[in-house]
Amino acid sequence: MEQVNQGARDHVYPQAAHALYRTLSQAAISAATPIAAVLVALSFGAALLWLNGFTGTDVVTVMVMGSFQDARSIGEILLKATPLILIGAGLCVAFRCSIWNIGAEGQLYVGAIAATFVGTSIDGLSVWIHAPLVMLAGALAGAAWAGIAGYLKVRFQASEIVTTIMLNYIALILTSYLVTGPMRDVSAAYPQSARLVREAWTPRIVSDMRLHIGILVAIVLAVALYIFLQRSSRGFALRVVGLNPHAARYAGMDVRRNVMIAICISGAMAGLAGAFEVAGVTHRLYQNISPGYGFEGIAVALLANNNPLAAILSGGLFAMLRSGSEVLQITSQVPQVLVLVIQGIVILSVVAFAKFRGMFAGLR
Amino acid sequence: MSSRPFLRIDNIHKRFGPIIASDGVSLQIDEGEIHALLGENGAGKSVLMSMICGMVRPDEGEIVYKGVPVRFNSPREAIRQRIGMVHQHFMLVPNLTVAENYILGRGSAFRVINDIDKVHAKIRELSDRYALDVRPDALIEDLSVGEQQRVEILKALFNGIDLLILDEPTAVLTPQETDRLLTLMRDLVADGKTVVFISHKLDEVMRVSDRISVMRDGRVVNTVSVDHTDARGLARMMVGRDVGMELVRSAAAPGRLVLSVENLICRSETGLPAVRGISLGVHAGEIVGVAGVSGNGQSELALALSGLLPVDSGRVVLNGKDITGLAPARINAHGFSHIPEDRHKHGIVQSLSLSENTILQRYDQPPFAARGMLSRRAIGTHTRDLIKRFRIKCHNENQRIGDLSGGNQQKLVVARELARNPDFILVNQLARGIDIGAMEFVMEEMLKQRESGKAILLISTELEELFAICDRILVMFHGEILGELPPDRARLEELGLLMAGKTADHSEQPTLAG
Repeated sequence: MEQVNQGARDHVYPQAAHALYRTLSQAAISAATPIAAVLVALSFGAALLWLNGFTGTDVVTVMVMGSFQDARSIGEILLKATPLILIGAGLCVAFRCSIWNIGAEGQLYVGAIAATFVGTSIDGLSVWIHAPLVMLAGALAGAAWAGIAGYLKVRFQASEIVTTIMLNYIALILTSYLVTGPMRDVSAAYPQSARLVREAWTPRIVSDMRLHIGILVAIVLAVALYIFLQRSSRGFALRVVGLNPHAARYAGMDVRRNVMIAICISGAMAGLAGAFEVAGVTHRLYQNISPGYGFEGIAVALLANNNPLAAILSGGLFAMLRSGSEVLQITSQVPQVLVLVIQGIVILSVVAFAKFRGMFAGLR
Repeated sequence: MSSRPFLRIDNIHKRFGPIIASDGVSLQIDEGEIHALLGENGAGKSVLMSMICGMVRPDEGEIVYKGVPVRFNSPREAIRQRIGMVHQHFMLVPNLTVAENYILGRGSAFRVINDIDKVHAKIRELSDRYALDVRPDALIEDLSVGEQQRVEILKALFNGIDLLILDEPTAVLTPQETDRLLTLMRDLVADGKTVVFISHKLDEVMRVSDRISVMRDGRVVNTVSVDHTDARGLARMMVGRDVGMELVRSAAAPGRLVLSVENLICRSETGLPAVRGISLGVHAGEIVGVAGVSGNGQSELALALSGLLPVDSGRVVLNGKDITGLAPARINAHGFSHIPEDRHKHGIVQSLSLSENTILQRYDQPPFAARGMLSRRAIGTHTRDLIKRFRIKCHNENQRIGDLSGGNQQKLVVARELARNPDFILVNQLARGIDIGAMEFVMEEMLKQRESGKAILLISTELEELFAICDRILVMFHGEILGELPPDRARLEELGLLMAGKTADHSEQPTLAG
């Protein structure tokens, strides 16, 4: 032991320098692929806009500026980034464990339902209790909804790809039923739930902007999930199960337990995103509360190469594209579909670049 | 033999990312010879042959076949040029018949159905001519491994070949089946065909080849005529130094009974009977071998002992405790180590680092984990220690284990399993896919473990491995143990007969799937 310590002390500086160098170069290498993919996709997108007769200013606006005009519009981007980061980071955990959870959209809706229930049926609590309670309810409901697919997988080997998609439909239809039926605010013209009590609302960061503290929660949780995956024993087991379930079993890991944990974490993150949409943005439950965040979250995780830390950036990028498209549609008739096309190209480029890298380095 | 080379390979280079598979290979094959390609695993034999038969394209260099430079873009083009290859892993569809396998991918289904009688006739004719015993209407899944190999060879003949490449054909055969294959190779050559035979088994190569090319590190280091060399010389060329063919070991001193298995019965993953009532005991300080042709229940025996396959009946007792049917984590905790048969499936996680692979079983135990978090320092120190002790060639402990050679991967698996300080070590294929140097090392390591009083069960299809380190050898056939022999090379024939299911008193072969 003595000797080991001695040795470690002797080498601490060169080792630390080496480790830093290694980390940086590895980060550069792993970031190169998604960055290149985004650049390629954006060039394609620029060309596409050009061909459709839009001017250079439009192109720049949609690509880079998006809606960075003032603090308020940046706030709107971050508002859209919140569910994307939450869902994307959560899906990173599932995907690392080789669980193909396509059901974040449904988990988001179930989270929103639970949040609405807790936010409308209880009254008189302090905001310090009620707002977190709403978030917790959303996360638990999302985890439980994902847990159904997880249980079907570990118990009956049912493909989670199929079951999570089916659960998406069930969650969407359940939401429609609730807002047109039991949870409907009868005084309103459109199907919607009653308004959440004030104390249940997610606190805003600045009082006159819609941006709420969900973005901070999302970033903190993404960092926490990164540490969980890379540094904790449980995260290690999840990764081993995802990379080689046979070796995991051989090593004595409980594959089923790890699968359940991974899918429930991703479900909880999606459910939390749903809670924030209701408690932070709309304050009521609607039929179409999510414009497809659950599906876009898959692309966020993909672009992040299943790294929750990188999901913060890729979630931000997708939010920027989405925000830019909405602003542009109003101001200069660039159709929103074009932005969807660009998003599609980003995803395809990421897949293509990852494949290319695999061909370059991994083939033997 | 003609003066013009039949097949000339000139300065071929092939890289797969950072891995150099062929580093300027040059080789000449003459018409009508049996040319053996000898080398350790990873020397580049299979890749070279894959380039000849169109599965892999070379980066640089030239292949001249029958005097014409060729560049095959697909195996189909090579087949059209009358080059056939029998791969180590057979490329047959199990639930189709022999004839159906042969006509797969050829022409329209309609024409094929009309021609099926002609196909059958041709298969029968070829089978008779070379005494292959292949029935065109037999289902592949009903055939033994040896039969499937003959089906593969006949497939090549069916397609029409002048050059036949056999990749490690004897790895799955009993000694008797091997004899039969070597005879067949001679027959093919007598019929004007040329055979290239990839192997790492010196004795077979010496017995059957005309010329031998030895490969090392992606190059052909030498081509010699069989008359001008011997096994020891070939081994030296393969490794690049002298190899001790015999390991020194003391007499066995078996101690207490560590593992006992009583009438174990279990089924394979596909639900077929695999282990049909096995009883055995392993004592402290002895190495017990299990010989047998692969596919006779050895894999299932190993998996059942380690808790990876459910046990139907019987008992497994380790250190006096009944471990039958326990989960792998519980079995491991009772002093059980397992060096698995399929390193890539069970033994390692390719894309993780050496460090992470080292703690595969102990990722949540001190000193490698504290309060739920991995202790990187302890893991790194431990891994560096194993790397040093087992002389594992790598950059550092953070390197991806998949980038190491097979031998070094296996060394890490062995190191990890021994470092857990078990009482019982289950080894399935100690030296599969690793080079002679590493093989020597891991065998010596096993003998050291024996000296220190560990009980070892070594399952192997490599008789040399068993003879080299075992104290007694059990022979497994069709899910049962047919007999026990001392590790005496003089009794090789008896062993071979047992492996084929023929017991000494009545040489009746038990029927399959009873």
